[in-house]
Amino acid sequence: MSTETLVPVYDSARRRPRWIEEAADLWKYRGLVHELVIRDIKVRYKRSVLGMVWTMLAPLLNMVALTLVFSQLFKQAVRNYPVYFMAGSIFWAYFSQTTNTAASQSQASNDLAKRMYVPRSVFVASAIGGGLVNLGLSLLPLLLILIVTGFPLYPSWAFLPVSIFIVTLFTAGVALILFTLTSRFADVREMYGVLIQTWFFLTPIVYEPSIVPFRYRVILSLNPMYYLIQIFRKPIYDGLVPSLGLVLLSLSMSVAVLVTGWIYFCHRTRTMAYWS
Amino acid sequence: MRVIELEKVTLRYRIPRERILSLKEYTIRKIQRRVAYDDLEAVKDVDLSVEAGERIGVIGRNGAGKSTLFRVISRVLPPSDGRVRVAGRVAPILELGLGFHGELTGRENVMLQSALLGYSRGETRQRLDRIVEWAELQDFIDAPTRTYSTGMAARLAFAVATDVDPDILLVDEALAVGDERFQRKCHDRMETLRGRGKTFMLVSHSLNTIRENCDRVVWLHHGRVVRDGDTATVTDAYHQWSLGEADRV
Repeated sequence: MSTETLVPVYDSARRRPRWIEEAADLWKYRGLVHELVIRDIKVRYKRSVLGMVWTMLAPLLNMVALTLVFSQLFKQAVRNYPVYFMAGSIFWAYFSQTTNTAASQSQASNDLAKRMYVPRSVFVASAIGGGLVNLGLSLLPLLLILIVTGFPLYPSWAFLPVSIFIVTLFTAGVALILFTLTSRFADVREMYGVLIQTWFFLTPIVYEPSIVPFRYRVILSLNPMYYLIQIFRKPIYDGLVPSLGLVLLSLSMSVAVLVTGWIYFCHRTRTMAYWS
Repeated sequence: MRVIELEKVTLRYRIPRERILSLKEYTIRKIQRRVAYDDLEAVKDVDLSVEAGERIGVIGRNGAGKSTLFRVISRVLPPSDGRVRVAGRVAPILELGLGFHGELTGRENVMLQSALLGYSRGETRQRLDRIVEWAELQDFIDAPTRTYSTGMAARLAFAVATDVDPDILLVDEALAVGDERFQRKCHDRMETLRGRGKTFMLVSHSLNTIRENCDRVVWLHHGRVVRDGDTATVTDAYHQWSLGEADRV
């Protein structure tokens, strides 16, 4: 059979490693990621009167409520509790919302990807894109709180893009693993809901790490979020650029999680089309 | 020029004997080594080669592997055995309006749909007006598509899928929707595309649709190619066979 005239665009026998192929396809479909982020934002706000304001209002209200509760508890320990809490909570919201979105969209995404070819990583990428937009928006109420409480806007804010980048690597890794698991198992989403609730309280967001009794510190030190929240909160709350050691530790940990997530995801994505 | 080449392609679905939906259950079963699968070969040993500009009909009973064959060609399912090669952009028109979001406007859905087919924003913006005009939806394009009738949505979806510049169109009975005028318009557009050397593959249960639109027909049965030849011969043979099947039941 002569095939001289056939210059394939798709050749099932050309097997580049999955993790390279998926990355190349994700880049090719970056326009779709853009469209999906826009879709999610538009759909979310289409029928709501408050629209975008809601994204900023929600953490603000949340913060007011929790501040009222916790500032009584931690009165002595934390100076300017609202700023402390809010810096941590928008960090947490970014992580938990993004991973939850990836988990909750996996079913619909797979339905689509079973009918037409789309690299599945675009759905995870769009969850991250949406999360970043929300994170950007929630920095505004934080600024508002800074002004209202007369808290300084430190020059160390300039470090935040680096913090966000590192946190994003970690979030992406977790989101990829979750997307893969929720594609296969129906109960993973609920299990993750329970997990993230617990994880929230194991991470120093509402409290300062110093109140944790010494014998429990090991739990903190095993929690990756303990390091990630510091590189995010220090520039805002302490006015300090995180130490090089902390940055390198967070970075290498996040890269490890991302690489693991990517390889697991790519390994599974070939068979995802056969799952129902 | 050959645009699709399937060599000894087999596609095997692994179907768990019992549907295990929860991770807890799966883990327990896995430990007990009780996860059993059945293999279902939806497509078996299929050889198929398609030249540019051919219009191929695919027929067969339900479950014969027609849709699976399309998914293999459109890259959704990597083949279990054999080799698939496709030269050119594939536009699957499998279910019109797949990926449409009711809350988005027609315009927003065109952007999204086109991105799903792998086109950039720039490319789509250039084509937007022409797409809308063909679909005759100028007055409704900024309304959410949930307010569209089925026919309107189908027109828009067909317009997006065919206006972008596909080399190969995979059509899965999508043309059965819409009124006669729409069907004729679709037919005309397919003719135009064929004039430009585009290739079609059409799955349909309607032998009339196949006879009108195709010049070659592939008959699948239990995942294998039973006959592959000119439209009249294969559709007649299939028709005869179907009558025989009906008698036996």
